[in-house]
Amino acid sequence: MDRKRLVVVGNGMAGVRTLEELLALAPDRYDIRVFGAEPRVNYNRIMLSPVLAGEKSFADIVLNDADWYEANGIDLRSGVRIVRLDRDARQVITADGGRVDYDVLLLATGSRPVMLPVPGAGLPGVVSFRDADDVAAMILAATPGSRGVVIGGGLLGLEAANGLKARGMAVTVVHLMDTLMERQLDGVAGTLLKEALEARGIGFHMQAATEAILGQDRVEAVLLRDGTRIPADLVVMAAGIRPDITLAADAALPCGRGVRVDDWMRTGDPSIFAVGECVEHRGLCHGLVAPLFDMAKVCAATLAGRDVPGYAGTAQATRLKVTGIDLFSAGEFAGGEGTDDIVYRDVGAGIYKRLVVRDGTLAGAVLFGETGDGAWYFDRIRSGADITSLRDRLIFGATAAAAPPGGGAAIAGMPDDAQICGCNGVSKGAIVAAIREKRLTSVDEVRLHTKASASCGQCAGLVRDLLAATVGTDAVVEASTALCSCTAHSHDHVREAIVRQGLKSIPEVMRALDWSTGEGCAKCRPALNYYLLCAWPGDYADHQPSRFVNERLHANIQRDGTYSVVPRLWGGLTNARELRAIANVVDRFHIPAVKVTGGQRIDLLGVHKEDLPAVWSDLNAAGLVSGHAYAKGLRTVKTCVGKEWCRFGTQDSTRLGVALERMTWGCSTPHKVKMAVSGCPRNCAEAAIKDFAVVCVDAGYDLVVGGNGGTELRAADPLCRVTTEAEVLEYCGAFLQIYREEARYLERTAAWVARVGIETVRQRVVADGEGRRAAHSRFLHSQTFCQDDPWADRVSRGVDAPEFSILREVVR
Amino acid sequence: MMAAEWIEIGRAEDIPVQGARIVRTGRGDIALFRTGDGRILALLNRCPHRGGPLSEGIVHGTRVTCPLHNWVIDLETGAAQAPDRGCTPVLPVRVDGGILRLGLSALPEPDHD
Ligand code: SRM
Ligand SMILES: Cc1cc2nc3c(=O)[nH]c(=O)nc-3n(C[C@H](O)[C@H](O)[C@H](O)COP(=O)(O)OP(=O)(O)OC[C@H]3O[C@@H](n4cnc5c(N)ncnc54)[C@H](O)[C@@H]3O)c2cc1C
Ligand code: SF4
Ligand code: FES
Repeated sequence: MDRKRLVVVGNGMAGVRTLEELLALAPDRYDIRVFGAEPRVNYNRIMLSPVLAGEKSFADIVLNDADWYEANGIDLRSGVRIVRLDRDARQVITADGGRVDYDVLLLATGSRPVMLPVPGAGLPGVVSFRDADDVAAMILAATPGSRGVVIGGGLLGLEAANGLKARGMAVTVVHLMDTLMERQLDGVAGTLLKEALEARGIGFHMQAATEAILGQDRVEAVLLRDGTRIPADLVVMAAGIRPDITLAADAALPCGRGVRVDDWMRTGDPSIFAVGECVEHRGLCHGLVAPLFDMAKVCAATLAGRDVPGYAGTAQATRLKVTGIDLFSAGEFAGGEGTDDIVYRDVGAGIYKRLVVRDGTLAGAVLFGETGDGAWYFDRIRSGADITSLRDRLIFGATAAAAPPGGGAAIAGMPDDAQICGCNGVSKGAIVAAIREKRLTSVDEVRLHTKASASCGQCAGLVRDLLAATVGTDAVVEASTALCSCTAHSHDHVREAIVRQGLKSIPEVMRALDWSTGEGCAKCRPALNYYLLCAWPGDYADHQPSRFVNERLHANIQRDGTYSVVPRLWGGLTNARELRAIANVVDRFHIPAVKVTGGQRIDLLGVHKEDLPAVWSDLNAAGLVSGHAYAKGLRTVKTCVGKEWCRFGTQDSTRLGVALERMTWGCSTPHKVKMAVSGCPRNCAEAAIKDFAVVCVDAGYDLVVGGNGGTELRAADPLCRVTTEAEVLEYCGAFLQIYREEARYLERTAAWVARVGIETVRQRVVADGEGRRAAHSRFLHSQTFCQDDPWADRVSRGVDAPEFSILREVVR
Repeated sequence: MMAAEWIEIGRAEDIPVQGARIVRTGRGDIALFRTGDGRILALLNRCPHRGGPLSEGIVHGTRVTCPLHNWVIDLETGAAQAPDRGCTPVLPVRVDGGILRLGLSALPEPDHD
């Protein structure tokens, strides 16, 4: 009870960052409660732009998931707005009138978008660009062919315009000034930017004031002061932000444009602190995260009872997050009295760089088209170092200035205190130290441990270079392969650890590799189950609760909660007895739909879960077994009629298909596997879009691999030609085994072959005969443990039997 | 909670660990989950998204991932994990000497959709 109650209003980037810093310093000092008006966890607001552009999903940009709040004992009240402060009673008051006590209050309410006070601004279809709901509304409206108008040609407006355009909307930007992003860019860079965006099909009205937004029930057009009428289905207001000081001002806390704070983020009331966009510090309000995160650090230390130097302001740099357009600006760019300009321009390559020099120091930089040296310049600007001796090489960047021999020069030339991540204020020294101490090998890991590249992400390239310079290029694990959000480890790393450390169960893997969640999630558990199964055939017991329902129940769940049942028809062959058995099952269980599938078999749809064992039992009685239509394993082997019947057939494709299916059925693989055998190059079995397939020719069998006819069409790559059926089987087994052992979970062969290259596959399967035979026999060995019909297991051997029945029926 | 009537439904061991079983009632199916650490939690077997059968999802910690479109539902509160929004009714469960009892009166009246 002696813990003080800390209440945070605002579950956004600055407020939660303050908590992270506080928890690191003094985890038990406060009982923490967070109120957030948005009904969700804390996410990376900056990344709303890539979400809008379709480059990321909301899940990708979550910063602190529910587990984080729970693990840190934070009581998160999301979707709850605080409407008033009662400073005398030390209470915050929620929208529904609830009162919550605090000992210490932290205001982190951020900003509100400025909505221009023009007629029609309240019409449906007029949105701002501030939170996830705005983005959802924009995505919904941005159907191809519809028209969007963005009011405001600053960073936000342009990122909105780009995102909407990427979604197929016709987009026009209306900007009051004659240069885009005039607060960050000089005229030339502004013009280059405009040209680059125009080339993407975005239209502009410059020096244009909005007079009104027109429409009856929803927006129809934007009317400019000069009388121009721009038709619009969606209008995005990106005309600026205003610190949200409603609560503070109502409670008579001293405010200017923002809530006034001192260098330790204390407001006029000793028990109230404020951080983020809502504050005004030394007369300035901020709209980029770098200064907010610096404030968060100081505020957290103060809350933790530490004596730290106060916050004294942050230099800021801006980058535009529009994929394919590189733009960087920092410091003074206007030039003028007492400054010199150094300008470099390569019209053909679309590069423009301008450096502003004052008294022998770098005062500002604007870079367009090539921004790799942005961090380096920014560092010169902040440090105020003398650049006279570098002046003639300065415009060519770090490499030229330092000119040490060999690659990685830019990064090697930087001093340890050089800032790599501007948003989070992480220096080169801090990153290198973390890489060394914690043995980090991927950008994701560096991000997790240092926060470098965790916000706008633009410095990820530099972080990668730094990683390569520290641990060696070969040791770098490529980015974004983290298996899921429960871990920082990549698929490959996890697999390797399982084998190297001899890990034999899911909990063991999670313990050894520091999983952040006790039991993982629906993404990692099936992956781990597969990796263990593949690593220890016959030894590891398949963990049913880590399998997706379809694989657990050996039937495919349908949208209404019923199941579909697909018996295996070997090579697509069937006969009257099987068809009769299927027909009887349909009648007996009143199965509502029967369909011939795209994989040459018969799908019985709409079976109730409780009926599954009986349905299987009847099918088993006729010799039919599961077709594994649900499995990450072999699905079908599509065949054509071949030499036995077809006038063009060169080999017995049907028989070969059946042989392949007999060898491979029941296997488990990273993703599903489909095969085919065509009797001649007319290719009636569609070998070109299968994972492994055979095209028979007079001289033998052409093998192809890595085809896919699904989401992303990919024609199979030729592997080689062999001359006997036995060889086809051996090559098939070897190919599948190498895929099983080396591909990542949920990676189809198409993606895997594309990633590792067909040359590598040919090397392993064709050139290396010994390797091939060994892989094939590992495949056959693993098959000895899994060629049991799962239906029969459940029907006659009672495996998991109770799962199918209802526990109890209650009539009420 | 006003769950006056506790209905006996079976034993904890009847439910697979990190799995679920169903109790069928006139007001809909109830999913009884058994978590990895042995707790029994009950929810209406209907995902707040599009009604998917939560009993068939993968259970991790005190959550289940819906088998239809991967929403993650908290077994203690019935709430969908952000960014998704929605909630499924939770029912109280009592374990007396290994016997499970379900507090059915917490269940809302059947709705008519
Ligand atoms: C039944 C069937 C459609 C039909 O009525 O013909 C079908 C039905 C489904 N397909 Fe398919 N696919 C069927 C043939 C195909 C084919 C054609 C083929 O195999 O010749 C393709 C393209 C070829 C390919 O995979 O390269 C195909 C590409 C997909 C994909 C995309 C895969 C990809 O890598 O991009 C998915 C999604 C996935 O697997 O993640 C999918 C997923 C599904 C699922 C399992 C969706 C799901 O997760 O619930 C559907 C299950 C319905 C059910 O309950 O049975 N289905 N699916 C076909 C079953 C064949 C069989 O006998 O087993
Ligand atoms: C699309 C977009 C792109 C951006 N790009 C960049 C970039 O590239 N680089 C960069 O540095 N910055 C960028 N920013 C700015 C950056 O996101 C903000 O500076 C930062 O999020 C501000 O943090 P904050 O915590 O002060 O406010 P916020 O993150 O907005 O958090 C404030 C939270 O408080 C809540 N709240 C407000 N009032 C109440 C109340 N009374 N009760 C309960 N909750 C309340 C709000 O709902 C909000 O969730 C971008 C912003 C946007 C919108
Ligand atoms: S194409 Fe496949 S996944 Fe899509 S609706 Fe048809 S069967 Fe379902
Ligand atoms: S019905 Fe549960 S996620 Fe869609």
